Amino acid sequence: MTDADLPTLTPTDAPITRSPAIPSAPTEPLLSVRDLSVTFHTDDGDVHAVDAATFDVAANETVGIVGESGSGKSVTALALLGLLPKSATITGEIRFKGRLLGELSDKAMQPIRGEEIAMIFQDALAALNPVHTVGAQIAEAIRVHHPETSAKELHARSVELLDIVGIPNPTDRVEQFPHQFSGGMRQRAMIAMSIANDPALLIADEPTTALDVTVQAQVLEVLERIQDRTQSSIILITHDLGVVAGVVDRVIVMYAGRQVEFGSVDDTFYEPKHPYTEGLLASLPRLDRRAEKHSRLHRIVGQPPSLIRLPGGCAFHPRCPYADLGGRCDHDRPELLPVGPDHRSSCFFPERVGTGGQS
Amino acid sequence: MSAETTGVSDLAGLDFAPEPITQWKLFRRRFFRHRGAMIALVVLILLVIWCFSVSWLSPFDPYRQDLLADPVGPGSAHWLGTDELGRDQLTRILVAGQLSLKIAFSIAILSVAFGTLVGAVAGFFGSAADQFLMRFTDVFLVVPELAILAVALQRFGSTGIVIILVLSFLFWMGIARVVRGQVLAIREKEYVEAARAAGANPGRIIVRHILPNIIGPIMVNTTLAVTAAIITESTLSFLGFGVQPPQTSWGRMLATAEGYVGTDKSYLIYGPGLAILITVLCVNFIGDGLRDAFDPQSEKH
Amino acid sequence: MFTYVARRALYAIPVILFASFLTFWLSSEAFGSPCDKLRTSREGVTAVRRCEKRIGVDQPIPVRYAKWLGNVVEGDFGTSSRTNQEVSAMLGPAMWNTFQLIVFGSILSISVALFVGVFSSVRQYSAPDYLLTALAFIGIAMPPFWFGLLAQQFLAVGPKQWFDLKEPIFFTVGLHSAGGSGFNLDYLRHLFLPVLTLTVQSIASWSRYVRTSMLDVLSTDYIRTARAKGVPRRTITWRHATRNALIPFVTVVALETGALFGGLIITEKIFSIPGMGQLFYDSLLVGDTNVVVAWMIITATFIMLFNLIADLLYGFLDPRVRLT
Repeated sequence: MTDADLPTLTPTDAPITRSPAIPSAPTEPLLSVRDLSVTFHTDDGDVHAVDAATFDVAANETVGIVGESGSGKSVTALALLGLLPKSATITGEIRFKGRLLGELSDKAMQPIRGEEIAMIFQDALAALNPVHTVGAQIAEAIRVHHPETSAKELHARSVELLDIVGIPNPTDRVEQFPHQFSGGMRQRAMIAMSIANDPALLIADEPTTALDVTVQAQVLEVLERIQDRTQSSIILITHDLGVVAGVVDRVIVMYAGRQVEFGSVDDTFYEPKHPYTEGLLASLPRLDRRAEKHSRLHRIVGQPPSLIRLPGGCAFHPRCPYADLGGRCDHDRPELLPVGPDHRSSCFFPERVGTGGQS
Repeated sequence: MSAETTGVSDLAGLDFAPEPITQWKLFRRRFFRHRGAMIALVVLILLVIWCFSVSWLSPFDPYRQDLLADPVGPGSAHWLGTDELGRDQLTRILVAGQLSLKIAFSIAILSVAFGTLVGAVAGFFGSAADQFLMRFTDVFLVVPELAILAVALQRFGSTGIVIILVLSFLFWMGIARVVRGQVLAIREKEYVEAARAAGANPGRIIVRHILPNIIGPIMVNTTLAVTAAIITESTLSFLGFGVQPPQTSWGRMLATAEGYVGTDKSYLIYGPGLAILITVLCVNFIGDGLRDAFDPQSEKH
Repeated sequence: MFTYVARRALYAIPVILFASFLTFWLSSEAFGSPCDKLRTSREGVTAVRRCEKRIGVDQPIPVRYAKWLGNVVEGDFGTSSRTNQEVSAMLGPAMWNTFQLIVFGSILSISVALFVGVFSSVRQYSAPDYLLTALAFIGIAMPPFWFGLLAQQFLAVGPKQWFDLKEPIFFTVGLHSAGGSGFNLDYLRHLFLPVLTLTVQSIASWSRYVRTSMLDVLSTDYIRTARAKGVPRRTITWRHATRNALIPFVTVVALETGALFGGLIITEKIFSIPGMGQLFYDSLLVGDTNVVVAWMIITATFIMLFNLIADLLYGFLDPRVRLT
């Protein structure tokens, strides 16, 4: 991926202020999220699943959200579509095409879901209704937004969509049930369903996690092809950094519900400015490092924290090799601040990242 | 279902609790927090105590008949009135309760113990024992329990002991099938496979791995057995196949009261039925509390 | 599909045979020989022996069973010792009366349970949900025969006395007033209380069952997918959720029809309806072996039939299940 592929990266000097302004597209972004927080109330206490997420997605852009499970990436996605259970408290601002989604009722969200923002879920076997045919489920996605469509058109369009996502024999497949599809096929069917109405924004939640590596590549290829066709934006949620490096323009790294780094893929991956990102990258097994026999796979020490009792200060400080204990790291909450053009980090000491640390 | 799913279920993977709590402690905490189950438990205990201390508490002799006295309606002397033979209805209900409760709990304990044993053996060792259990119980699943019981009680007479044995004989099968299913499912789990691969003997696997996992369903099924036993015994007694005079149970009392529907002695139909209802309600609530405590997922929708 | 039904039918045969043998043996033992009443006659034991030899009860049980079975295969269930009628002739009218109770009972309990269950699941933790939950708990714990007595007291005899009516709103005896027949208001007024008594427990427990499986389904990923597609709530409730929740519900309904057959004994006795339950009760009291055994076989056959129907419906409702 070259710089030319990153249309939204404007090499302006982002003003270094404490405002929540974020590297953004030159025009009004398709989606802008400000201080989005999601809290679940449980018997054991409040779970801060997402804490002050702030980012933009421009038209035709692909933004990746990476992090471990429980880092809040999926909850962020569900919050965008208003699909979180009632037990969740959501604050902050979600602006899509100029409309504030958070203020819409469930009923008012219905015309947006599937029509303008569509979602691809991770486990397609569970996410497809077992008692309806794949064709019926695709057709339903069209019919709820375009009730005037005739049954014949719906059928033709379902076949066409299956064909677009690369399912062989779409005319036969459209009559089949999800359990008759293979894992990769189901994921493609899921994608076909989500692009049925050419949505402006496609949220893909771990679309490749459950698949074999070869099938993963195919599914990602389908996503890219569709984006070329429909000019839609994609939010790609994954814990697989390899996937992110391959297809994403900008990347958000999340840790314990908080954004820790946000920037272009090249900046973030080649010059990480947050120790967590650095740790993630270092823990990737790499084929080209095999020769160095003594080098062991890096791992981040410790465990992700409980979201009910987050450590004070920076949530990552107990595991951070650079942490300034007794100083700011375990005292003050770091903000997501610019560390370069279109690159932000929520570390007090971004310059230390890459130096190896004391521990 | 994959372990790593999306969305809110992500949260399930997080450790909310700061320090590890044993399964048993967690269960106890959840159960004692279950308000319905706690109230039910207290009510049931009070009811049992009341029934079994009636000979000290009640001024009336439950068996002494006074045929000359006109039946009295509920009032200050006889709280629930007197029956057609001039006996205090409340005292009779409490005395009947002794038998109903004794029978019900005996049946539950007997059938659960036997059913668990057979079900665990069949599920764990499979093949022949399992086949036999399933085919044998199939036969009894196709005939209404009540009919089998009525015939059996006609055959063997209807003393308390016979009622207990005959009902237990029918009830153990359902429990055996439940336990068998659970054991079959758990037997295939990785940790049991691992234990087996490590060379643990079957007895150890049953006690260490399988029993702790099926104790929940067993306890819940015990409560179900208690309520089924109460209802079945009272139904049989109501039909005349169960407890015989001079002994009495709640069902037996209702059999007598049936004739008074719509008459001036219709008050006699309320008490015994209410006693059954309250007992069954309490046991059901306790069962619900147990279920929620063992399987918190079941209440968290 | 056909082979599946055939296999199930074949499997049913040994089960029913064994069940019938058990009943035959148990009831022969229980009731003693029908000739025992001759013991007090002038010739005493000799008369009993002669009588037993004549009707064949001096033979060992397996031999008698085989002979009896041979007759049953030809449609001859023997003669009732209580009424001296052909058993098969007695079964017809009894089955018809019972059939009416079962059909109306099933319609009532399935529709009410489905509606209540779906309603309380989509309105989980609302005031009506709590009320329905409380009612269901009471209904489940309610002994059906007591409910029958209460229904007579409060819905039939009571109102008649309180309002000084000529006749009660709902009747408590039989399916028609004397001389009446056909499907009319009189029939419905007779039918209401017994059907209610028969179904109160199923309505209560099935509505809970539907509620639970609806809640299970409503929390699945594919419901979330449907919401993400923008499908309206009502469509999600019926087309996606209820459609899936029906699968386990249908099985439970068919299997528990067995419980309904048992419940008939109580209902028909309380409301004096001359159906299968009443027939069983009367025959059992006087030790009418032939009727009791015939009753068991027919009931068992029906229950197995319902089990088969349950499995077929399951295969029909759930595309993942293939019946082979």
